[in-house]
Parts: sequence; C-alpha cells; structure tokens
Amino acid sequence: MTEFNFELTKEIELLRLVTVGSVDDGKSTLIGRLLVDTKGAFEDQLMAVRKKKGTVKVSSAAEIDLAMLTDGLSAEREQGITIDVAYRYFATPKRKFIMADCPGHEQYTRNMVTGSSTANAAIILIDARHGVLAQTKRHTHILGLLGIPHLIVAVNKMDLVDHDQATYEKIKAEMAEYCAKQGVKDLICIPMSALTGDMVSVRGDNMGWYQGETLLETLESMSVLDDLDSKPFRMPVQLLNRPQTADLPDYRGFMGTIASGTVKVGDEIVVKPSGKTSTVKEIVTFDGNLEEAFAPQSITITLNDEIDVSRGDMLMHVGEEDSDTKALTANVCWIGDEPLENRKKYIIKHAASQIKAMVSEINFKTDIHTLAHDAADELAMNEIGQVTFKLQQPLHYDKYADNRTTGSFIIIDSFTNNTVGAGMIV
Amino acid sequence: MSEHKLTQLKALEAESIHIIREVVAEFRNPVMLYSVGKDSAVMVHLARKAFYPAPLPFSLLHVDTGFKFKEMYDFRDAFCEEIGADLIVKKNEDAIAKGMNPKEFGVARCCGALKTSGLLAALEEGGYDAAFGGARRDEERSRAKERVFSMRDEFGQWDPKNQRPELWNIYNGRIHDGESVRVFPISNWTEMDIWSYIRDEGIPIVPLYFAKERPMIERGNMLIPYYEENKDQLLEGEEPKMIMSRFRTLGCSPCTGAVRSDATNMDEIVIEAAAARRSERETRIIDHGSNSMEDKKKEGYF
Repeated sequence: MTEFNFELTKEIELLRLVTVGSVDDGKSTLIGRLLVDTKGAFEDQLMAVRKKKGTVKVSSAAEIDLAMLTDGLSAEREQGITIDVAYRYFATPKRKFIMADCPGHEQYTRNMVTGSSTANAAIILIDARHGVLAQTKRHTHILGLLGIPHLIVAVNKMDLVDHDQATYEKIKAEMAEYCAKQGVKDLICIPMSALTGDMVSVRGDNMGWYQGETLLETLESMSVLDDLDSKPFRMPVQLLNRPQTADLPDYRGFMGTIASGTVKVGDEIVVKPSGKTSTVKEIVTFDGNLEEAFAPQSITITLNDEIDVSRGDMLMHVGEEDSDTKALTANVCWIGDEPLENRKKYIIKHAASQIKAMVSEINFKTDIHTLAHDAADELAMNEIGQVTFKLQQPLHYDKYADNRTTGSFIIIDSFTNNTVGAGMIV
Repeated sequence: MSEHKLTQLKALEAESIHIIREVVAEFRNPVMLYSVGKDSAVMVHLARKAFYPAPLPFSLLHVDTGFKFKEMYDFRDAFCEEIGADLIVKKNEDAIAKGMNPKEFGVARCCGALKTSGLLAALEEGGYDAAFGGARRDEERSRAKERVFSMRDEFGQWDPKNQRPELWNIYNGRIHDGESVRVFPISNWTEMDIWSYIRDEGIPIVPLYFAKERPMIERGNMLIPYYEENKDQLLEGEEPKMIMSRFRTLGCSPCTGAVRSDATNMDEIVIEAAAARRSERETRIIDHGSNSMEDKKKEGYF
C-alpha cells in the first residue's frame, strides 16, 4: 500500500460550486462524468444504473447512463427531468467540491437561486447546437446578482457540431458581451463533450484548437481566495451562553459565526443597534480559548463589561460601524407563488434577526432579456426587481457587494411561513 | 491574499455549529436523534462544541428497535454517562409485543413499524418541534435533495416536491402549530469527512467499526454477523465462519452486513475509506429496491 499522507488531507480546500443549464443541455451527464472521472461515484451506485450487462469499468462511462446517476426523486426519473436542487460531492487530491446541481426549468428558478446563494463558482451549461438561450441569460443575470465571483461557461455537446471552433467562438463572444453587462469579473469558456469526456478531465483528440485548461483543471486551479479577512469585523449574535452552573454562575458568552473580518482579545467592540461598547475578554471554543478568530469560524465571545446583548445584535469594531436605518433597498428575486405587492407586509430574516417589513416601493422590474428597468406594481414568481422596504425596527446591514452574509436576507410570508424572496442589499 | 484559512473539515465544523445554534435559538423544544452510529457521534461532538462551556441544551433521543448490536447498547450507555447527556430511549412497544421482526414480516414492514412509527410516536410524545438527524446528502440519492431544515407536516410527512428554498446560511425556522422540522447539521459531510474528523478529533465510536475476527455468515456478497441468539437466520448449507471484518455503517443486527477489512485503528479506517469503491449503504438491506429511501422518507423516516 502506498503511504497515505494525513498532513496532505489537511491542505484540501473547499470549493462550493453551482451548476445550471437549460433543459437537455446535458447537465446531469456532465455531473455524472465529473463524479465518474474523480472516482466520486461508487462502484455499486454505478452498477444500479448500468445499461449493459458485464463488468463496469470506471473508464467506460459511456456504457452507463450518466444522467441517471444524479436524478434523485422517482417523479424525476418518470418524467426524465430534474425538479429539485441536489447536492453532489466529489474530491480531488487538491480540493473538495460541494456542487449544487440546479434544475433548468423556468418554473424551478427558485431552486437555482437556492443552489447559487452559497457558491463561489458557477458552471453554466450551453448546448453548442443551440447557443445562448434566453434561459442562459436569465441564469447568468441571477448569478451576477448573487455575486458569484467566477463563472465557467461549459459549451457542451461539441461532438454534435463536429467540434467546430467557429461555433464555440461565437458562443464565447456572445457570453463575454452579456457577462460584461452583468459585472461578472472572472469568465472562463471551455468547449467540451460531457458524453465522450473531451475537455472534462481529459483533453481528447478532437479539439486540438483549444489551448485552455480542461474543466477539472480549471476547477482545481481557479482562485478560491475570498477577501473576508480584509473586511470589517462582523459577528451576528445567534445566542447567549449562560450555563448558570456551579462552576460558571455568572458566565455570559455571545455565540455566533464570524461573517467577515477578524477579532482579537482586547478589541474594542460596539453592539449594534444599541451602540453600547466594551472590550473582548475571551474568545471561547471547545478546543481552548483563542487569541484571535476569523471568518467563518463559529465562536463564543465574552466581554469585559456587563452590557445588554441579545440575539440578532451585531458585534463589530468601534469605528467600523455604519448607521442603522429603518429602511433598506435591495435587489429581490421573487420565489413565492403569490406576487410581491406594494404596501404588503412581510417578515425579513437578516443574519440572526427577524423583523417586520413593508414594501414601500417597487423601484423597477428587470426585463431579463434586455435588462431594461420597467415600472411595476408587483413581482411575480421568478421575477427580479429592486424594492425598498420600510422596517419596523432599526437594522444594521452592509451592501451585498461588500458582504454576502450581512448584505443578504430572506423574505418570509407571515401567513404561510414560506420563504418567498431573496434580497441583496444595494 | 487571505492570511487566515480554515481547512475544509474546520469549515464544515463551523457550518454545522452555526446550524445547531440556529435551531436552539428558534425552536421551543428541540431534540437530537442519536442512533449510536458514527454520524451521530460526530453530530453530538459538534453540538458539544456549539454550546461549550454550557452542557447540551437538549436531550438525545434513541429510537430503539431492540435489534441493535449488544456493543451498541453498551457503548451508548457508557458514552452518554461520560458526557453527561440526557438520553431518552423510546421503542414501539406495541409492535415489539406483537413480535415484529424482519424475517417474518419483511424488512420494509419491520422498519416501518420499529423505526418510522417508533420515531413519529416518540417525537409526538415528546412534543418536539425540531429534531436533529445525522443524515448526509452523499449517502443516498433522495437524501441529496434534502434541505438542511426539512419541513414536516402534522403527520410527520415529507413533501419532496414542495421544499422551502434555502438561501445563504439563513434558515427559515418559522412553523405553524403541529408542524415540525428535521434538521440535518452534517448534510454537507461525506463518509470520508466523517472518518477523517473522528480520527482528527479522537471521537469515541462503537468498537464494531474496527476490524476483528468475528463469526459471520457468508451470503452472496454479504457478510451477516452471526450470534448464538439468531442462529435461526442460517439458511440451509450455511455455516458461520470467523472472518476478519468490520462495519462501515451500523443499523439493526439482522439487517446490517459487515465488510472484509483489516482496518483495526482510525488511521487504517481513513485509508480504507479513501480507497473505497463501494458506497457504505450497500450493506444496509433496507436501501435495496427501487425507491426505498425516498418512500420511507415521505412516510417520516430519516
């Protein structure tokens, strides 16, 4: 047995991905291919979807129905479509990937928003025969709104267009132009055939004209560095820790996950929205106290002064706070069955706080095809627009472009309790 | 360039702690389902980390079928005692009194009565509005579609086509009276992550996970553990044999197979998991059949 390097497993980075595409772009086949090629698909899972009798070799992926590897629900297999976002896991010696596999049907866009919200990178599938579709643009626009830093355009089914470079270049140019309008920073285009495997993890012999990296090389090498460290310290307080045991009668800790920045023992802290201040006494964890903590660690902080702190408050450094307000404006992706309406009241959940909010204005609705801003009285399911809310209580928030955690919120219908909207603060 | 970086396991740990705390903040009466297996071991460890230095703010609930391995019962009682956890054990006494067992009634019916009905009754009796479970999305294809906060109606049923969208790390814990949620804090962990984390953190697990010479019945590709008490399981022509083996996953003794293995310590188990070519649930009889996990989940199973 070759030596197993335990130290090396500690270097493995986490990359959260989302894969989106229209119906029949071959998304399930591509994911099946990635699972097979990274040996993420176990032998018995392969056996269950095998088409031909005989021994399954991992390399002979064409013999198994790759798409059937990923369709999870019986309704999906019956209809041959994907209904719900599914999460896939695969790893290479360098990275572990959590991939949200999102349905392409228009009526299931809400699942795409769900799958994309936590992603660092997105793969958009395009069928080389059909080029850039309206649905592709809708998805790209949503990914842009959700602030996904890296977009990979997978121009799939190249085998069905004779591996024609001109077809690929035309799609690439069109996507580059559209993405520029969306503020997408990092765009990579890759021609491939998920079915034959060309340019997924191996180069194949059919597209010698393409000089770039394969999909798997791209996924392994692309930058996943975030700049959370350089941002102001933000920690939403989830819970108070008051053990009230014989050993710890007066202990008061504030539990939360650091949204951005770093915090050190002795730092001057302000609690928003109350504005009360203190200094950090201890940073407590099960594994021992820390001198310093950083995003996205989950920690407990104790303070040197007994000040009032409750769930939903935000801890930050003195001097780095903004004023809190009783209004906010956000790009909203509407995912509820009932439309968002002017003057209607909802519940907003932002970090650890839930507050009542009223729609005070729908500033505009975005035309997904032209990106034009149209006047609107409501936002229907799957529509995107900019909305201003009046809040019942003051809230401290950041812009989504600055902080995906403290700049985002969900909108909850107070009658059904369903999540009906996703908000990104501008 | 970021100066600080969490390893992928520490990033998963932080995410799980966040989820566990969120449930305690938003629900009236949560409980943590404890199955005594390796995933439960990790989940309980994460919960202890989440609330340190305070004790666990909820009970552990073991829905016992009465068919678990003896080693599991011994381990469960010693472990809960050691960490000071409040352990609640519930059984479907009616079904047990009627002699429910997989051999006569079939695996699906036995699981339905002892696990699913037992669980639903225990949750209702306890009045729990949130129940943590140690299911992982990489285990099985219907679980790949499960939310972290998974809504259950008044009958404890799951509607896979109508799940709440789950955005960022903001979880919607609002429910109506009678409804409840199942919460899966280790959704994003893979089998490899679980074993690596158990190794790195030194988390205690049931000794059956480590390879040892054990009496086994060989049936096709399966190794079925042999006990004096269940010798009626032997089919004609079968003989128990001592085989170096271990369990990758632990369920009920009549329905859980072992695998041939020489992995006697955590390092060797991690290496074996890294090289594994077959999914761990292959040794669980209940998963075989066209939609078995999805159907069971709709009924209220984990």
